Amino acid sequence: MIENGEPGVARREEFRSFVEATIAPHAARFDREEKLDHDVIRKIAGAGYLTPWLPKKWGGEAMDMTVYGLLNEEVGYACAATRSLLTAHGMVAQAIHRCGSTSQRDRYLPLLSNGDRIAAFALSEPAVGSDAAHPELSAVPVTDGFRLQGTKTWITLGQIADLFLVLAQCEGEATAFIVDRRSEGLSVTPIAGMLGARGAMLATLDFDGCVVAADQVLARPGSGFSLVAATALDHGRYGVAWSCVGMIRACLDTATRYTSERSQFGAELSQHQLVRRIIADMLTGQHAADLLCRRAGTLREAGDPNAVMETIIAKYFASKAAMRAAVDAVQLLGANGCSDRYPVARILRDAKVMEIIEGSSEISQLSIAGHAYRQHPVGSGPPPAEST
Amino acid sequence: MPATIKGRVKSYFRRAMRRDDIDDDTDIFEAGVVDSLFAVQLVAFTEQEFGVVVEDDDLDLANFRSVNELAEFVTRKSALSQG
Repeated sequence: MIENGEPGVARREEFRSFVEATIAPHAARFDREEKLDHDVIRKIAGAGYLTPWLPKKWGGEAMDMTVYGLLNEEVGYACAATRSLLTAHGMVAQAIHRCGSTSQRDRYLPLLSNGDRIAAFALSEPAVGSDAAHPELSAVPVTDGFRLQGTKTWITLGQIADLFLVLAQCEGEATAFIVDRRSEGLSVTPIAGMLGARGAMLATLDFDGCVVAADQVLARPGSGFSLVAATALDHGRYGVAWSCVGMIRACLDTATRYTSERSQFGAELSQHQLVRRIIADMLTGQHAADLLCRRAGTLREAGDPNAVMETIIAKYFASKAAMRAAVDAVQLLGANGCSDRYPVARILRDAKVMEIIEGSSEISQLSIAGHAYRQHPVGSGPPPAEST
Repeated sequence: MPATIKGRVKSYFRRAMRRDDIDDDTDIFEAGVVDSLFAVQLVAFTEQEFGVVVEDDDLDLANFRSVNELAEFVTRKSALSQG
């Protein structure tokens, strides 16, 4: 690993200590009970970890994006469900920060930064997943704002969020709204029994004539997906990618320890060549994912336009690598890996979720391939053959 | 290095899309040359390249959909910040 002299070494130690004391002891319970502790959320907020990348004027510390990545890695190492708080909440804060009016920023960002309000991003619908640019939830202009009608579902933190960023179809255009949970006509139904990230407290939101004031529109009508949602998703992908680095590291730590302590056929598992091959691939995947995340982080910090695509590449690769590492870790631990005595079974279920959220692997592949074709000029014929 | 705003926008469009058939008025989103993710990339380019701040009122795809639209937007913003 590139550790020596890297910016943020001290911060990583700070994050690790916090996670070990505050989150890790509860991760298995969060998974089992399918909910996070309010006390843990309060401590994360109190440490300033909800939106540390925000400028200081809104309660953040203008944290370097690579350092923010390390925070996601450390939380993701211990508990993917808890880390989803950073993504869901952060996506809304980022959308308001980048796309909100001055009054919207002043009103919401300090509250989101200190955790007085928890936010969730309401994008998916029963019939709308990857094609999120075309929501079916409708927003009809009325005298006192807009009337929302329809359903959002699979909303991370929906069970406890105080406000939602909701994408709706308004006069034929995707438009983003900030909606207070207490709004009349909005009802929240918890979702249980998810495969992974089980503590993320998903919910379905039913909007039945829910009226939202006109000043709750975020950015211009019509820019809801291409600018607001895309900004939020771009931010979300970055945290997910880093979380996957942490998940791979957790698999690696568990697998190396287990295979060093358990013997079969008269030798430690770690001495078997097939086991070593798996460990080698796991470590290589971790390093590669880490480097892609750092590349994305550096570009994001610089405001480089290439950061968007590099973040997609990092998330795509890291989530695939996390899934492979989790499958391999379970395999190495055998029946123990399938039990709840070790974290790898939980990580395996969580890793599958990482391949789906904030743009599935397949949607990522389409974007990455489109980028590749744009980067390579199209000629009039096949590439010239090499001379023999 | 292209000196004019329009020249710099054109240069970026060429670099990012590797296409020579983009007219100054081509709507890159309508034409399917880029996907919707590119809008966020264009906002970042505009801020980084020209040092202008894209405000919430500016977040309109109309400002970013062609070389001419973006060049005009940057010119407008630059004039405002200097005025």
